[in-house]
Amino acid sequence: MMTGETQPVTEAELHAWIDGELPEERIAAVERHLADRPEDAQRFERYRAQRALLARSFGPLIDQPLPDHLTPPFAPRKAAAVPPSRFGRGRVWGLALAASLLLFVAGGATGWAVRDRLGGGRGAGGDALSTAFLADAVAAHKVFSVEVRHPIEVGVDQEAHLVSWLSKRIGRDMRCPKATKSGYELIGGRLLADAEGPAALYMYEDAAGRRITLYIRSTKSPAGTAFRFAQDGGLQALYWQDNGLALAVTGDLDRATLSAIAEEVYGALNS
Amino acid sequence: MIDEDASSRPPPDDPRMTPGSPTDHDIAAHVPRLRRYATALVGNRPDADDLVQDCVEKALANRHALRDPSRLGGWLMSILHNLHVSVLRGRRRRGAEVPVEELADDLALSATPADRGEVRDFVRAFGQLTEEHRAVLLLTGMEGLSYREVAEVLELPIGTVMSRLARARERLRVLLDGGVEQAVVRRIK
Repeated sequence: MMTGETQPVTEAELHAWIDGELPEERIAAVERHLADRPEDAQRFERYRAQRALLARSFGPLIDQPLPDHLTPPFAPRKAAAVPPSRFGRGRVWGLALAASLLLFVAGGATGWAVRDRLGGGRGAGGDALSTAFLADAVAAHKVFSVEVRHPIEVGVDQEAHLVSWLSKRIGRDMRCPKATKSGYELIGGRLLADAEGPAALYMYEDAAGRRITLYIRSTKSPAGTAFRFAQDGGLQALYWQDNGLALAVTGDLDRATLSAIAEEVYGALNS
Repeated sequence: MIDEDASSRPPPDDPRMTPGSPTDHDIAAHVPRLRRYATALVGNRPDADDLVQDCVEKALANRHALRDPSRLGGWLMSILHNLHVSVLRGRRRRGAEVPVEELADDLALSATPADRGEVRDFVRAFGQLTEEHRAVLLLTGMEGLSYREVAEVLELPIGTVMSRLARARERLRVLLDGGVEQAVVRRIK
């Protein structure tokens, strides 16, 4: 018969003991175990010392003065009332807006090949990532993501055909994730034309029927850029340039999810 | 520290807010802790502050989704953890090192003179652990979360939390004391 008194003591119980999570009826058994096994007793003494040193080393960080942006009231980096015309083609974005809202580069969050915090100064390599590119990507999202009957031209049931067709037209290999960890699944895609030539639009949908789009076209410059973040009311877009392609992920979702999806796209295209 | 003057300001109107939704100030009360955790986790202040700022933003945008106000602390930690995971994916690809030396020196200076060397060595050794190991050690050892709470924050089964904790402690022991790492996880059950 196994009772609290006779069961052998496990490694997990020894940890639970130093973390104060051991059920009371097992304390005697653990203490006996440690008395009989000096090597375990010594090891757990070191773990206990570690725990104390951890608190002693990092504890003082809690008293660090906070920077303004981490004290309330929190000024949103995202503007709630951005007019829909924000993405209008040819419109020059205000510098302040660009710095504070639109060209947010997820620097630490999504360390990119080019770490470019302000998103500016990349004129030469980033010409394809112009306002016009983003406007095209967002316009395509707006037009096709609400389409009920024909959101896509070729469905995911013909995935191989879809990818080879779009890759051929764009002139680049464009394998994209079929599903994302954030719960969006590829439903299909279509070929579009913009001022620069052919563009591909992949559409993803989650279980609730929410859609995001991935807009891709080729660029002349092989340079990579950081992720840049833009916002239009509820609609968010992350766009970047990599390996001769300009890409934008657009959807009505939060930036972290969007970043995760963009990371997966980036990963799929670079695997 | 939290700006006390700011507490007199009303929270901004948000039509999506439900009565149980946390205010700016409810969230702000957790910021020093989030920041301490993030700094120890990523090993430098600028990246930690970016992470905390992203976490606060995401929490504000999703505050209506928090059903149980008493879970605010754990909820914020979960958000921070999820954001951190996406940071890690980027960093692995970039292969960047976390410059932990500066933080080790800073923390050594905040310690008592007698502790200085030990704190510096500890922070350096801690910086050599994987981020998974750092997270589980910090959540249990510094934040004082229960195994169950750690499992919720990290979205892992409790058994995984415990085996990860055992491995992390043993790894850190060897980094600090030398010697041979024991196969602790085989014996966890």
